Amino acid sequence: MALRGGTPGATYLGGGTNLVDLMRVGVERPAMLVDVTGAVGAGITDTEAGGLRIGAAVRNSVLAADPRVRERYPVLAQALLDGASGQLRNLATTGGNLLQRTRCPYFYDVTKPCNKRSPGSGCPARHGEHHNLALFGHSTHCVATHPSDMAVALAALDATVHVRGPAGRRSMAVSELHRLPGAHPEFDTVLSPGDLITAVELPPLPAARNSLYRKVRERASFAFALVSIAAVLEMRADTVGEVRVALGGVAHKPWRARRVEAALAGAPLTVERMVAAAEAELEVAAPLPLTAYKVELVRNLIVAALSALGGAP
Amino acid sequence: MSVLARGAIGAPVSRLEAVEKVTGAARYAVEHGADGVAHAVLVGATIARGEVLSVGAERALALRGVRAVLWHGNAPPLHEVSDGELNVLQSPRVAYRGQIVAGVVADTLELARQAADALEVKYAAEEHDVVLRADHPGLYKPEKVNPSFPTDTEDGDFDAEFAASPVRVDCTYETPAFHNNPMEPHATTASWEGERLVLYDSTQGASSVAETVAKAFGLEAGVVRVISPHVGGGFGSKGTPRPHVILAVMAAREVGRPVRLPVTRQQMFQVTGYRTPTIQRLRLGAEPDGRLRAIAHDVIEQTSTVKEFAEQTAVPTRMMYAASARRTTHRLVRLDVPTPSWMRAPGECPGMYALEAAMDELASACGVDPVELRIHNEPELDPETGRRFSSRGLVACLREGAERFGWAGRDPTPGARRDGAWLVGTGVAASTYPARRRPSQARARREADGRYVVGLAAADIGTGARTALAQIAADALEVELDQVRMEVGDSALPRAPLAGGSMGIASWGSAVVKACRELRARMIESPDGPVEVEVDTTPEVEGDEPLARHGFGAQFIEARVNAETGEIRIPRALGVFAVGRIINAKTARSQLIGGMTMGIGMALHEESLIDRAFGDYLNHDLAGYHVPACADIDDLEVAWVSEEDPHVNPMGAKGIGEIGIVGTAAAVTAAVHHATGLRLRRLPLTPEKVLPALADDRP
Repeated sequence: MALRGGTPGATYLGGGTNLVDLMRVGVERPAMLVDVTGAVGAGITDTEAGGLRIGAAVRNSVLAADPRVRERYPVLAQALLDGASGQLRNLATTGGNLLQRTRCPYFYDVTKPCNKRSPGSGCPARHGEHHNLALFGHSTHCVATHPSDMAVALAALDATVHVRGPAGRRSMAVSELHRLPGAHPEFDTVLSPGDLITAVELPPLPAARNSLYRKVRERASFAFALVSIAAVLEMRADTVGEVRVALGGVAHKPWRARRVEAALAGAPLTVERMVAAAEAELEVAAPLPLTAYKVELVRNLIVAALSALGGAP
Repeated sequence: MSVLARGAIGAPVSRLEAVEKVTGAARYAVEHGADGVAHAVLVGATIARGEVLSVGAERALALRGVRAVLWHGNAPPLHEVSDGELNVLQSPRVAYRGQIVAGVVADTLELARQAADALEVKYAAEEHDVVLRADHPGLYKPEKVNPSFPTDTEDGDFDAEFAASPVRVDCTYETPAFHNNPMEPHATTASWEGERLVLYDSTQGASSVAETVAKAFGLEAGVVRVISPHVGGGFGSKGTPRPHVILAVMAAREVGRPVRLPVTRQQMFQVTGYRTPTIQRLRLGAEPDGRLRAIAHDVIEQTSTVKEFAEQTAVPTRMMYAASARRTTHRLVRLDVPTPSWMRAPGECPGMYALEAAMDELASACGVDPVELRIHNEPELDPETGRRFSSRGLVACLREGAERFGWAGRDPTPGARRDGAWLVGTGVAASTYPARRRPSQARARREADGRYVVGLAAADIGTGARTALAQIAADALEVELDQVRMEVGDSALPRAPLAGGSMGIASWGSAVVKACRELRARMIESPDGPVEVEVDTTPEVEGDEPLARHGFGAQFIEARVNAETGEIRIPRALGVFAVGRIINAKTARSQLIGGMTMGIGMALHEESLIDRAFGDYLNHDLAGYHVPACADIDDLEVAWVSEEDPHVNPMGAKGIGEIGIVGTAAAVTAAVHHATGLRLRRLPLTPEKVLPALADDRP
């Protein structure tokens, strides 16, 4: 941090699997790169509370393969394995995965306007090609989505992100890390310049043993989600005990479907209830002309994922 | 003409250059070292239509190590250019987004890119039109369609026959723009040696690049040499020289050093060609038993404003099935887009998709099995010319395929099979591709050590042609394969047609056979010492009997459609082909499964999305343009039926590079219909399209 601290335009480098791409196409132009993979933790340790602390430099492939993750938080392992490719997962870090940037094609093209890349220049996606962009929480300034699968699982698990910055250390829920675009899409997260993610902590969550990730995409591998779902379910006798649902591919941040959770908690798990719960969440959906199909996908995935976890036929 | 006895031909020989390729020793176009090589990048227009007012090069040239900035204000005039796309830097006009408006040369690639970013290009932009529509006022009838077919054909009275047909299908099918996306991007290293020019180019035809470049720069034909021993794929996009070649030559002359110019993957979506989108109306009129009475195929497609390229989309309909009344038409519109170009099976690929999709709809309408429908409509003679087919094995492919695929006892009811959330169906389609050959030259020599060298400017673009030709030479010489060295990929070798139209082996092989036979005859006369012959097959090719020469095949697909998400998976695919004698069983299999894989991509994944506002293809990289991943291809098998055809060439071989893609997409859409009851007529079938269709269909 000291190395970086004084230099404007300096950027932290993890695995480089997104940052280097962005540098190649001219979207990111850092004056200096600081490799932090040696500076933040690269281990996965059990916490006293019974959760897991994941160093920000842990590679995605290592995290996905960890037996504790696979057994206690399978949604996270599945989400990681559904992302990118084997080669990319070997390089990509936990911290970097959280901070990867949208794949909106206008963002990626420096010859086109983009409010995120170039504040005030406009958002051509809104009236252009946006079939794989947002369904929830977008604004007139930006309809981009966050592409990470891992982040969606972490949001469902209520993970905590530990940050060290010029102002000291702080922590936040992963669902507070990423922003909605609002009037300032140029800010993906609430982090300030110089902030460094040091670790991600998973709380103990016995219910997470019964969890899954499902990703719908245009080909079977190596593609971003049209819609994805991370779901956790614990039944107590015939009623829903613990339920967590987060959606990917639909917003500027992983979309924690709290209305679904509220509608289902403490009640029997039936198809009718799941559909109604999905509808409750979809009440705040704002489909764009080309993302209307995502409404049905969200509904179907909520029902399918929770049915699979609930042992329904 | 006689057919060769087999020895090496037919064997599954591994590529002769395999070790070189997998160890990185094989050099591609930008890997040829040259002392003092400079690096160039092309700069593409950021408007789709209008004019370049100025190119501000001050900041770029101020960077140390930047050697030149070329633009229309200082580029040399070209001499003779017949391909409008090659009029590089000759005018301030911009005809499409991405068109070359400048070239930057520097000591390193990074510097060249940095300098390109530092250019200030000012434009006067005009409103552009990039969208193909069926009702576009600019649609016109081109004089011919590629390569030289009549634009429209008409036999009998289609309207009357169609109206009188008891069963009628009238559907419109749409395919998007597709980009070839060979793994190796286009690239050229240009090096002037006095007045002689040497190009290391990634091309499907060294001879034609040499000729085109010579004409463009006003050079004597023999002065340009194009060297291209290894090419990482082309799929048609390297069949003609692309604009970057011209820029590389200009750049090398300007800086007086060899220049390396690679095209980036993103730029390949702008300056290296693509398949035109199509809107195709297919009408079939038939008897209740499926016998066709009337066929009409009307095609709408696009070209650019710099060059006319008219894809021969309806041409295969002219020879596939007979009917009393048949009509085909092509209409083109000039849009502010790059010029379309060849992409694997031009014409046949998009056209057979629509024809075979319509045949499947006809099968449903008649209640006839789709395999039987094709067999029932098998013509005796070529419906287009009335000529005999040199051989036509479609029925054999359909029967063989049906048996291997387990087609018997198939319940034709759509939506009858379900496995959890997955709807399951099967489909079939016919495929075809012309089996022609072009004149070629070749040289064969016996060396002092008794081994043989055979050479011609053929191209191995990853097809395995070098190896197949060596097998042909070995059999023609009646020696072991390891006695033969094959030289290809150099315009200094005897002139040969490019790798395209599935005519490579047919054309080159004919010349190799002729050369080897003449060499054998000469050796018998003079048994000692080195002997060399050079031949030209023009007389033989021009003397080819007037027959209809085509390869045929049948593709079978099993599709699973997820009712919750609209995702489609292909667990099983089979292609059976009647393509004459197979020269190399290993590389032939690769070509056929590669073609079918591309066909699955065409049906389910691939689409170049035109951006109306900016005029370019938005998903211009391999992250956004989806070709099938390994996970998308499950059990995919190919087979060939034995077919003897002495009328195609001395080897009895038909081209196989393109036929694999031809019927596949229609077989996929037929399988999807069988699974779901849905007729989806706009490719690709992505969840975005399938899910709403499933929802609409629900009672």
